[in-house]
Amino acid sequence: MIEVKEIRKSFGDNEVLKGFSTKFESGKTNLIIGTSGSGKTVFLKTMLGLFKPDSGQIIYDGNPYSELDDEHQRDLREQIGMVFQGSALFDSMTVEENIAFPLKMFTKMKKKERIERANVVINRVNLENANHKLPSEISGGMQKRVAIARSIVNNPKYLFCDEPNSGLDPNTATVIDNLIREITIEQDITTIINTHDMNSVMEIGDHIVYLQKGHLAWEGTKDEIFKTDNKDVTNFVYSSNLFKMVREAQNS
Amino acid sequence: MSYLHSIGEYFLMIKNTFVKPTKGKVLRDLIFKEIDDLIIGSLGIVAFISFFVGAVVAIQTALNLNNPLLPKSLIGFAARQSIILEFAPTFVSVIMAGKVGSFITSSIGTMRVTEQIDALEVMGINSLNYLVFPKIVAMLIYPFLIAIGMFLGIIGAYTAAVYGGFAPSNDFLSGLQQDFIPFQLFYAFFKTFLFAFLLATIPAYHGYFMRGGALEVGKASTTSFVWTSVAIILVNFITTQLLLS
Repeated sequence: MIEVKEIRKSFGDNEVLKGFSTKFESGKTNLIIGTSGSGKTVFLKTMLGLFKPDSGQIIYDGNPYSELDDEHQRDLREQIGMVFQGSALFDSMTVEENIAFPLKMFTKMKKKERIERANVVINRVNLENANHKLPSEISGGMQKRVAIARSIVNNPKYLFCDEPNSGLDPNTATVIDNLIREITIEQDITTIINTHDMNSVMEIGDHIVYLQKGHLAWEGTKDEIFKTDNKDVTNFVYSSNLFKMVREAQNS
Repeated sequence: MSYLHSIGEYFLMIKNTFVKPTKGKVLRDLIFKEIDDLIIGSLGIVAFISFFVGAVVAIQTALNLNNPLLPKSLIGFAARQSIILEFAPTFVSVIMAGKVGSFITSSIGTMRVTEQIDALEVMGINSLNYLVFPKIVAMLIYPFLIAIGMFLGIIGAYTAAVYGGFAPSNDFLSGLQQDFIPFQLFYAFFKTFLFAFLLATIPAYHGYFMRGGALEVGKASTTSFVWTSVAIILVNFITTQLLLS
C-alpha cells in the first residue's frame, strides 16, 4: 500500500501539487485522472522520488520515503516498475536486452534464464518478432509494450504507469489494461496508473483519483464515477462523444 | 551566483559518481564500450591531426630559420619541444573536447530528454555511476592516445623536414635528442591525466543536468565544448606554472 499525506510540490512560483492525501491499496488498480496540467505526472514522479516534495509524505508499506537514506531509497526503487509516457527504452539495447535489463542488474540469473524470463513477458504483451530489433526500429505502440514488459519482468511490488495506453490500438490497449490488472491481482502489487483513457477507467478502475489544478477533487470507484454529482468529474468523463452517446441512450 | 551553483553541482556530481557502484559485470561491459567509443573511435582523427600539425610545425620552424648560423638541428629540437610539451597534450585535448565532449554531452543529454535517466533512477540504479564512471575509467587510457599523437607528430615533422628538403635526416635526429629532459615527459603526461578527467566529467555534467528538448541538447553540447576548453586551458596554465616555472 502507498499512502500519500498532505503532499505539496512547487516549481518556482507555480504550485503544482497543493496539499492532498490519499491511499493506494495493493491488489487494486489505482487510476489518476485529470485534465492536462492538473499535476498528474508531477504527482506520479513525486511518488517515485524523481521530484522531492516541498512538504508531506509518501509512505510505502509503512516506510516514509523521505525519511529513508539514499541506500534504502534505492533498495525500495528496485521493487518499483515504471512505464514512462515516452517509453524511455535504452536506445543502444535491443528489445530483448531492454526487457532483460532489470534482471541483469538485480538478479543472479544466467543469460539463458534472463532471456527465457524476458520471452515470457514478451509473449504476455503480445510482442512478436521484435526481440533483436532496436527501439528505433519498432513502432511507438510496440515501444510501449516493450516498456510494459520491462516494468513487470522483475515482479515488482509497486507498478507505476504514465499513460500506458497512449499510442496503442484499442484492442491492444484492452489487452494491456487486462494484463496490468491480472498482474496486480496475481502478485498483490500496488498499481498506480496515470491515464486520460476512459476505456481504462471502465475496464480496470478499482480506485480512481481525479486531480484538478493540483487538488484532489474527487475519488471513488469506476461504478461511482458515472453517478457522481461533481460537475468537473462529469465534464471530464463525458467529454468523449462515445460516453455522451451512451448516456443519452441510457436516458432515453 | 549561478556559476558558483554550477561548480558546486559539478563537484557533487563527481562525488555521487563514485557511490553505490553498478554490478561489476555490467560495469566491465560499459567500460569496454566507452573505451571503444571514446578512445578507439578517436584514434583516426588524432593520428591525422598529429601527423600534419607535426609536419606544419617543422616547416614553419624551418622557414623562420633565416640565419645561416643557426643549425638545422633546431628544426628537430623545436618540433619535439612543441609537440611533446603543448601540441599533443593540450591542442589535441581541445580538439577532443569537441569530438569526445560533444558525444558525451549529447548522448547523456538525449537520455535525459527521453527519460532514460529517470528510468535508471526509478529502477534503483545510480545513474551517475552507470553513465559517468565508465567514461572516467575509459579516459584513463587517454594518455596512450596522446603518446600516439606525440609519436605521429614527430614522424610528421621528420617527414616534412627531411623529405621536404628543409633539414638532413642526421641533423633532424640529433636535434630531436638534444637537451632532452625526461621530466618534461612526466609533465606532459601528468597534465594529460588531468585533461582526461575534465574531458570525461565536464561534458557529462552538461548532459546530465540539462533540461528541455532536442534544441537544448545541441546548446548543451556547445556550452560543454566551451567550458571544457576553458578548463583545459586554465589547468594547463596552472600545471605549467607549478611544474615548470
